[in-house]
Amino acid sequence: MSVTANTKTALMAGMIAIGMVGMGFAAVPLYQIFCQVTGFGGTTMRASEAQAATIKATNKQMTIRFDANQRGLPWEFKPENPTEKVTIGARDMTVYLAKNNSARPVTGMATFNVSPAQAGQYFSKIQCFCFVEQTLRPGEQVRMPVLFYVDPKIMDDPNTRDIQEITLSYTFYPVDEEKKGS
Amino acid sequence: MTTIAANPGDMSAHDDADHKPGFFARWFMSTNHKDIGTLYLIFAIFAGVIGGLISGMMRLELAQPGVQYLGQWTTWLQGSEATWDQALHMWNVLITAHGLIMVFFMVMPAIIGGFGNWFVPLMIGAPDMAFPRMNNISFWLTVAAFLMLLGSTFVPGGTGLGAGTGWTVYAPLSTSGSVGPAVDMAIFSLHLAGAASILGAINFITTIFNMRAPGMTLHKMPLFVWSVLVTAFLLLLALPVLAAAITMLLVDRNFGGAFFDAAAGGDPVLYQHLFWFFGHPEVYIMILPGFGIISQIVATFSRKPVFGYLGMAYAMVAIGVVGFVVWAHHMFTVGMSVEMKMYFTAATMVIAVPTGIKIFSWIATMWGGSVSFKVPMVWAMGFIFMFTVGGVTGVVLANGGLDDNLHDTYYVVAHFHYVLSLGAVFALFAGFYYWFGKMSGRHLNEFLGHLHFWTFFIGVNVLFFPMHFLGNQGMPRRYPDFTDAYAYWNEIASWGYAIMGVGVIIFFINVFWAFAAGRKAEGNYWGEGATTLEWTLSSPPPFHQFETLPVVK
Repeated sequence: MSVTANTKTALMAGMIAIGMVGMGFAAVPLYQIFCQVTGFGGTTMRASEAQAATIKATNKQMTIRFDANQRGLPWEFKPENPTEKVTIGARDMTVYLAKNNSARPVTGMATFNVSPAQAGQYFSKIQCFCFVEQTLRPGEQVRMPVLFYVDPKIMDDPNTRDIQEITLSYTFYPVDEEKKGS
Repeated sequence: MTTIAANPGDMSAHDDADHKPGFFARWFMSTNHKDIGTLYLIFAIFAGVIGGLISGMMRLELAQPGVQYLGQWTTWLQGSEATWDQALHMWNVLITAHGLIMVFFMVMPAIIGGFGNWFVPLMIGAPDMAFPRMNNISFWLTVAAFLMLLGSTFVPGGTGLGAGTGWTVYAPLSTSGSVGPAVDMAIFSLHLAGAASILGAINFITTIFNMRAPGMTLHKMPLFVWSVLVTAFLLLLALPVLAAAITMLLVDRNFGGAFFDAAAGGDPVLYQHLFWFFGHPEVYIMILPGFGIISQIVATFSRKPVFGYLGMAYAMVAIGVVGFVVWAHHMFTVGMSVEMKMYFTAATMVIAVPTGIKIFSWIATMWGGSVSFKVPMVWAMGFIFMFTVGGVTGVVLANGGLDDNLHDTYYVVAHFHYVLSLGAVFALFAGFYYWFGKMSGRHLNEFLGHLHFWTFFIGVNVLFFPMHFLGNQGMPRRYPDFTDAYAYWNEIASWGYAIMGVGVIIFFINVFWAFAAGRKAEGNYWGEGATTLEWTLSSPPPFHQFETLPVVK
């Protein structure tokens, strides 16, 4: 039981502790990736044009509700239509309206998810204003499109085949100060 | 050490072994594992009394429907007339303080810092812990953490004074919901307590791996040492994750972060995952050393080696390992898919297997043994019974489907008090009665010990068993008020608290009696059943023991 043996064991144990602190922080990006891959917690999927082209429209319809929120922005933000009937598998476009009511340019970013959460992995966006930051000049009003489709696999999954209605929700938050969280 | 071992006559030849430093150096700058263990035990008893009095305030308020006392208490605390919201905030402060104090400043310091420090070196035949000064740092960090938590009660925490977040410190209540320094202080207190425990865990791991006496192989270690070893690894793996999570809380609170802010791209559920990745192993951290204590006691008073030693040791390892992959059963209601619920339900139930092995092995140890019903043994048997009750309700709660109904009801409160308040605490009392003579050199009163047991046993059962009914009827936890329909069992539960309180008073009388008039304890006062190395020493052991390392055959 020399001193070096004890120090060695203690250092190894200490490394484990420090490693676990690292794992704790690494959980933040890992959790984000996990959600993006699995659609966990209503995280929507992102599809390329090429992927979207392979999806065949079905003859079934479902209702999509559109929800808009903002926090800490001097913006008016709302969907053009609160609900739309869409054909499962067919690509659809909806438009959100945003207006900067302040006298200064404001940059915002939208976070998003769908409810019920299980529908996330079947809700694919081809284009979305939420993919990038949006800057609105003073008084500027913009129409922001979302191009999406509902994957027909939603009708095969026992967890989701009963879903009649999906709510797509956006929340704009400001990014002009320092960069925010995950 | 080798030079001393080469001269076995040394220990008896001079009195270095029992040379003690002066009072201040001995108790405030202590590097002696037994003194630090004693300090931890005194600290834990002190914290336990505070935490217990807080639960008394809660039971008083809950004794009847309506809010009777909170407003008055809040007015006293803040020195001005309390508003209704401030009074309700006071309730949140009480439940938060009770939870944090009992977990971090009562059970953990007592069972790991107290008994672990005292008996791990003795049981493996080591002269002290591997890093005595680090041991001292651990203790005083824990004291600082406790003072920090107590101090948080007197500074603003949002609606009123103090941190009212619950011991889980869930975001967003703990971030945007609690403005003011109280929650920052509570979080910093957790950082300090966590750092203390991690240092302690490193110390235990090093001690157990490197400082066992010749012949003491891992598979010959007493089960209490095994339990502390597994616990130390759980601490090492779980606490840093809590540290990371609460650091993120601090960033969200003070530095404009949005780790857990859904409206800015974060996710509050992530905090719950991180917290419970720590939180579930934490409950095993609190109970595993208790398992170890109970194993020693049952074997001693059955005068048999413990049944299935290897199975017992590896059952604890299995509980520790599986304990890391079941955390989400604490959050079944956050909106999980059926598959996730199925996994976490099944994985949680798997833990019942090694736990069952332990229960059966304790019973098998008693079976056919020459059982003597001394005070530690009745506490140990009380533990086995209570823990089994809590284990059964645990299997009920493990079901994701049932938990949708029972989540955050008093059924959960009953469950975790049966395994912790009646499990860990019974193990603590069992260990205290088992080792008090060894630690102090004085015997406790046998009659008062039995009286304490029965009063406490009846009290806690009257206190906690009705909570099963209340939970099944849908009474939610963490509220100071309830409808008249819940009045009956709540009143009975509050009477149970009073009975338990009498039991605690008997305990303190017993301790004072022991110091005032207790018989002197001989080296091995439990006789032939007590076979571990601490019983080969005098009571109390010399200040420095095992200057000649014992050899284990």
